[in-house]
Formats: sequence, C-alpha cells, structure tokens
Amino acid sequence: MKVITTKGVVKIYNPDKIPVKALDGVDLEIKEGEFTAIVGPSGSGKTTLLNVIGGLDRPDEGDVEVGGHDIDAMSDNKLIDFRKEHIGFVFQAYNLIPVLTARENVEFVMLLQNRPKKERRERAEELLRAVGLEDKMDKRPSELSGGQQQRVAVARALAPKPDFILADEPTANLDSKSTANLLDIMARLNEEEKITFIFSTHDQRVIDRARRVVTLVDGKVATDEVRG
Amino acid sequence: MLFRLAWRNIWRNKRRTAITAASILFAVFFASFMEAFQKGAWDHLISSVVNYYYGYVQVHQKGYWDEQTIDKAFPLVDSLKQLQEKAPKVQQVLPRIESFALASTGEHTSGVMVVGIDPQVEDAMTKLRSRISDGNYLKVDEEAALVAEGVAENLGLGVGDTIVLISQGYHGVNAAGKYPIKGMVNFGSPELNKQMVYLPLPVAQYFYGANGLVTSLALQIDDQDDIKPTLRALNSQLDTAAYEVMDWKDLLPDLVEAKTLDSAGNIIVYVILYLIIAFGIFGTILMMSKEREYEFGVLISIGMHRWQLGLTVWLEVIMLGLLGAVLGIVAALPVVWHFHLNPIRFSGDYAEAMEKFGFEAIFPTLFEAHIFLTQALLVFILTAILALYPIFKIRKLKPVEAMRA
Repeated sequence: MKVITTKGVVKIYNPDKIPVKALDGVDLEIKEGEFTAIVGPSGSGKTTLLNVIGGLDRPDEGDVEVGGHDIDAMSDNKLIDFRKEHIGFVFQAYNLIPVLTARENVEFVMLLQNRPKKERRERAEELLRAVGLEDKMDKRPSELSGGQQQRVAVARALAPKPDFILADEPTANLDSKSTANLLDIMARLNEEEKITFIFSTHDQRVIDRARRVVTLVDGKVATDEVRG
Repeated sequence: MLFRLAWRNIWRNKRRTAITAASILFAVFFASFMEAFQKGAWDHLISSVVNYYYGYVQVHQKGYWDEQTIDKAFPLVDSLKQLQEKAPKVQQVLPRIESFALASTGEHTSGVMVVGIDPQVEDAMTKLRSRISDGNYLKVDEEAALVAEGVAENLGLGVGDTIVLISQGYHGVNAAGKYPIKGMVNFGSPELNKQMVYLPLPVAQYFYGANGLVTSLALQIDDQDDIKPTLRALNSQLDTAAYEVMDWKDLLPDLVEAKTLDSAGNIIVYVILYLIIAFGIFGTILMMSKEREYEFGVLISIGMHRWQLGLTVWLEVIMLGLLGAVLGIVAALPVVWHFHLNPIRFSGDYAEAMEKFGFEAIFPTLFEAHIFLTQALLVFILTAILALYPIFKIRKLKPVEAMRA
C-alpha cells in the first residue's frame, strides 16, 4: 500500500529576516485511496504542507516519505521525475498552458513522460470524457469556463496515472454548480479507481465531502477526523 | 510539441511580437541594403580601376613587381600567349612591355612611361580606343605612337607631329627612336595623362632592344569569382621559380586598404544598429520572462525539466529572431534587386570628380545571397545569445516562489 508519511516536518520562511514558521512539527500519515481535506485558517500552513508533500518545497526539519521514497534526499532533477510519475497537481488558478487546447494540455504531461503519441491521445480523450468535456477537447483555456478549466486540470493531473493527487484550493474560484460537478468527478475517480486525493481547502462544500479532515492551526495538526 | 508550444507562445502577445519582429526586420533590411550598396559600389570601383589598366591578374618574371625594371622582361613564348589553355577563365592575355623614357621635342623634355601594347587585345579590356580624343587608334604593324593629352600639352605636340623617345633599354642598351603621333588619348586621371605613351608591341620591343620580350601579361577576367581559380591554375602550371602570378589585391594594395578602411567604418554602424536591436530583443525577453514566471513554476511543478522549459523558451526567442530576419530579407530583396538593375547615379561636383578619373559615378548594389544570409546568421547568433537569459532564470527558478508571485 502506498502511503505518504510526514514526521516532525518544520518549514520556516525568511529564516534570516523575520522567521515565519509555516509548519511546526507536522506528523501525518495518508494512505492510498483516501479522500482527505486539509483545512485551517489562512496562514495555517495548508499550502506549504501540500508543497512539501509534493516535493515542490523542502522541509527545514523532519522527513517526508511518499510511497516509500524519501523525497528530501532526491536531487532536483530526480524530484521532477518523481513528481511526474507519482504526483498530480491541481492548482487554485487552474494553471493550464494557455496556448494549448484542452486535449494538448492533458497530453502534455504524458509527453514529458515520453509516452507514445497514440497512447497519449487515447488517454487524454478518455480522461476528458471522464470529466465531461468530450465536446471541449479542442478548445483553448480562454474558451472554457472556470469550472471547465479546473476539470481539464484534474484530467491533466490524472494523465500520468499518479499515486496521489494534491489539490490546492481547487474550488476557490468556482461557482456552486461547478464545485459540485468537480467534487462528483473526483469522488467517483476516488471510489472507482482508488485514486488518492488530498485537498487543501476552506471550502465547506469540499470539507463536507471529505472522508478525512485534518485541521492545521499555526503549522501544527490540531485535529484529525476520520469520517465513516 | 515543444516546438508547437514555442511557436504558439510567440503569438500570445501579438502586438509585442509584431513590434519585436518589426525592429529586427528594419535592422536586417537596413544592414542588408547598406552592405549590398557598399560592396556593390566597391566592386564597381575595383572593376573600373582594374579594367582601366591593370587587369585582375598579371604574370611577370619573378621579382618584377618589387623592382620594376626592363631588365626583368621575359620572352613571350607561345605557351604564355595561350594562357587560356592553362586557365580557361582568362578571356584575353594582354602582353605589355613598359618602362620609363624621356620624351623630347625641340627644347621641351618630359619623363614618360612608354608602354608597348597589342592594340587589338588592349582595347578589348581597357577600351583604350574609346579614349581617343584626336587622331586614330594604333595598328600592331605600324611605327606610330598614341600620346596622352597631358604629355602632348607639355611638349607642345599634336597629331601628325613626331615625338622623340630616349631611354635605357634591355640590359643597358641605348634606346632611342622617333615616332609620328597618330592619336591623342585622354585619361581622367591627371597622373596617367601626364605620362602615358603607347607604341605597338613590336615597335616598343625594338625600341627597348628587347625583341620578343615583355614585362607583364595582364589577364582579362570577366567575373571576380574566377580570380582565385585562375590564380590556382596558373600557380600550379607555370614555373613559379621563374614567374610570379599576382592578383589585383597584390597589384593595388592601396585600393585594398581603402576598401578595408571603408568596411571598418561600416562595421561601427552595424554594431550600433545591432546593439539597438539587441536591447529591443532583450527588453522583450525580460518582459516575457517576468510575465511568465508563474507559468514556468507550474510547468516545473507538473514535471517539466528545467532544460526542456529552457529549450522551449530558447526556441521561442530564436523563432522570433528568425521571423524578423526572414521578413527583413524578404523586404530587402526587391529593393536591393532594383538598385542592382538601376544603380544610384550621382550628379554634380562629386560625379564630375569621379568622371575626371575615368569612373562612372554610379553605384550599383551587389545582389548576392551571402549578404542576406550573413544578416540572418547575425540575428540568429544575437538572439541565441540573448535567449540564454531566460535559460539562466529558469535554472535558478524556485517553483513555489514563482507560483506565489
């Protein structure tokens, strides 16, 4: 079983000027197949925790293991390759490549994995169908609504068949209908394909759908609630 | 897909791309035209000077050019008369015997250069016949002289008068002769006008006591591109211990120096032009790098290696540079072609001064592929260097900080 483990993770910003402890000894274990929300007030360390787990940022203290790999020990290039194979990201601002179509955006990550063209195309179309965008495949991001763009971002995150999807405030810019729609898709993928989702959020609609809710306060785990 | 991504990125900000491409277009257009004009003008000038007298290539006895004396005359054997067989690009071989003499009439004496020529072949290259201002042109088998107007004026001579020449001939023999003046020639150059006297070759050879000998063979070559093959062919087939083969650059070092100086001046203009363009391109690159920091962070986050991202951005800048360069070439081609066919003509004092020296005051542009390709290559190198900046930025980029920006 693939697991994410953090042990005593500390992250301090501006260590030389006015130090800000974004994470202060976070111990956490997230198992394969979970649908977990990391919640907390602004500045509590949610995004930092996701960045550290995703290898986008390195902890100042403590260990982070993802699927048994000590990601802190990896070189920059190894870490990029590791992220590409094992972790999918969904960002608050969608962050699609504006000059590529929806299909090309999804294909792009697989291109970085050197997957054959036919396989890339088939999987991109399959994923876009799965997120309900079969009729928008050739549209560029500027031609899609916020909700549609975020669904493309989810399809892109799923494209390399990652073990974990890390979603940083994925519904922050979406209306209620788009949020519900996106959560339905992610919940279905979690249940049917056992993909692990970890969200940072303060959106109650997301928190309500999560099966585990980890609350951070001042960079520490305050509560960890597992729901039936 | 990296290529496609780079190409589409160029068109993300159409106005900025258009402005950058237009500035490169202008630089390439201006630099191409300037170079074509400068090289064309020089080619025309060199061709005029060379065909005026020297020829693009000359053959002498070894050591003649350093010490120009009649004693270094050499026999004009049949194989030398037929140099075309050794070097097919040679159109005509102009045999000459030349040395200095005293010209005299009554109480006036003047130093002159007496040149023995084959009138027919001489005219084919130097158009000497067209310079006749009075009287008639020489025939090869007559004892007569063509005298430059300045010489005639100094000595108070006219057509039909007799000129007396005295000199030291081959290996110290006394050279003396008198010749009726058959025609006057006018040279634009005052230097030539003051000293040139032409005799038919056999007459001059007899005068110098050098029967069958010449001091130089001037070779008429129509195309400058044929000079090097001709030099190669002659150097490999003639006995280089006995003969020297020299091209116009060896014969006219002052002209080469003037051309080099003029080109050096233009290089400064090119450097300024390209510096301005470089700042323009760099400004675009700076803006683009700053604007897309966030996107670069995202791309690295989702698994794009820094080198792949750097390559994409590099390709963008290169494509932008080449786009401008190609447009610049396309814009310059018809203009350069037009002035190649319809050279710029100067008038007024400048034209008069040039014509005085026997040169037409026209400046055709040189229409050759290498002029345009050089500019494209320069832009390519320039943009390739400038495009290293975003690569450097991407190498140092921290995705989290970039995405927080």
